[in-house]
Amino acid sequence: MPRVLINLPERATRGEIIEIRTLIQHPMETGYRLDGNGARIPRDIINRFACTYNGEEVFRAELFPAIAANPFIAFSTIATRSGELIFSWTGDDGQTQIESRHIIVE
Amino acid sequence: MRILLGATLALLAAAAMAAEVAPEQRRSGYDFASPQVRAMQDDDTANPGMLWVSGGESLWTKKAGLAALSCGDCHGDARTSMKGVAVRYPAFDATLGRPIDLEQRINLCRTEHQRAGPFGREGEDLLALTAFVANKSRGLPVAVNESPELKPFSELGDKLFHRREGQLNLSCSQCHDDNWGKRLAGNVIPQGHPTGYPVYRLEWQSLGSLQRRLHNCMTGARADPYEYGAPEMVALELYLMERARGMKIETPAVRP
Repeated sequence: MPRVLINLPERATRGEIIEIRTLIQHPMETGYRLDGNGARIPRDIINRFACTYNGEEVFRAELFPAIAANPFIAFSTIATRSGELIFSWTGDDGQTQIESRHIIVE
Repeated sequence: MRILLGATLALLAAAAMAAEVAPEQRRSGYDFASPQVRAMQDDDTANPGMLWVSGGESLWTKKAGLAALSCGDCHGDARTSMKGVAVRYPAFDATLGRPIDLEQRINLCRTEHQRAGPFGREGEDLLALTAFVANKSRGLPVAVNESPELKPFSELGDKLFHRREGQLNLSCSQCHDDNWGKRLAGNVIPQGHPTGYPVYRLEWQSLGSLQRRLHNCMTGARADPYEYGAPEMVALELYLMERARGMKIETPAVRP
């Protein structure tokens, strides 16, 4: 299970623009490198990241092989009401890592 | 090739100088890094090294081995018990009769007290736990012990630091004492202070130990590097920490 760091304010006022920062541990193997024996190392990257806020998608990104290992993604959204933010990172292997964080909006 | 040859000749010309970096001139690798790299290190929410620190935090409370003990069962809250630990490693181990580095100390705890298998050198778990422990000393000055039993080992480290080696016939000192601040190909040569280890290196796309960094330098001089954990490696680490006495721990540092 990859390690994930998510930073967002615990509390916000309604209508406030909040910044959300995410880091995930992932090799982002490009598929272009060769191993010690000259065999191609298969591509293994996170190709999609998405964030939903109370079920509504507020941010989505496509990732490509030129993106460095352990991708850092920062974005902002407007605090509308208290609830759950769900973060998902989907890899080439089809596996999705899902994390959630709660925010209180007053 | 011409650049390499030019750099080598420049280094050879400067070899006669061979003076240590004066205390007031000492600078961390942080000072030579670009503003972007520094910003990455300064902000824990953007510093990828914090992924390993948080991994180490979960290992700290995880029970392991036949003894079914976690690090925390003996050492309690790492914020207090591990504060100031990394500043004095490598430290002398009376049983072994030689200095050991922080990684070896962690593995000794594992084999002796937890009765578990040692973590692999440069493996994810050892890097994470080392980063977690060293992070608790962030901001504290390096203060390795000056005990007489450590002296022969720091002298060995001193000797190795100044000894030419490899096909390029270079010593550590020729770059890091005599030519710091200049460029070797595209990169600024730092003074080689070990204050940020384990360090997140952009070139590695990962966290790595001081010994991995030393391996890189030795391979760069086309020398045959010592094995991980070899007494020579620990002696070099000890000498480097003495050389950086009083400088602040930065773990996890970010370097290009």
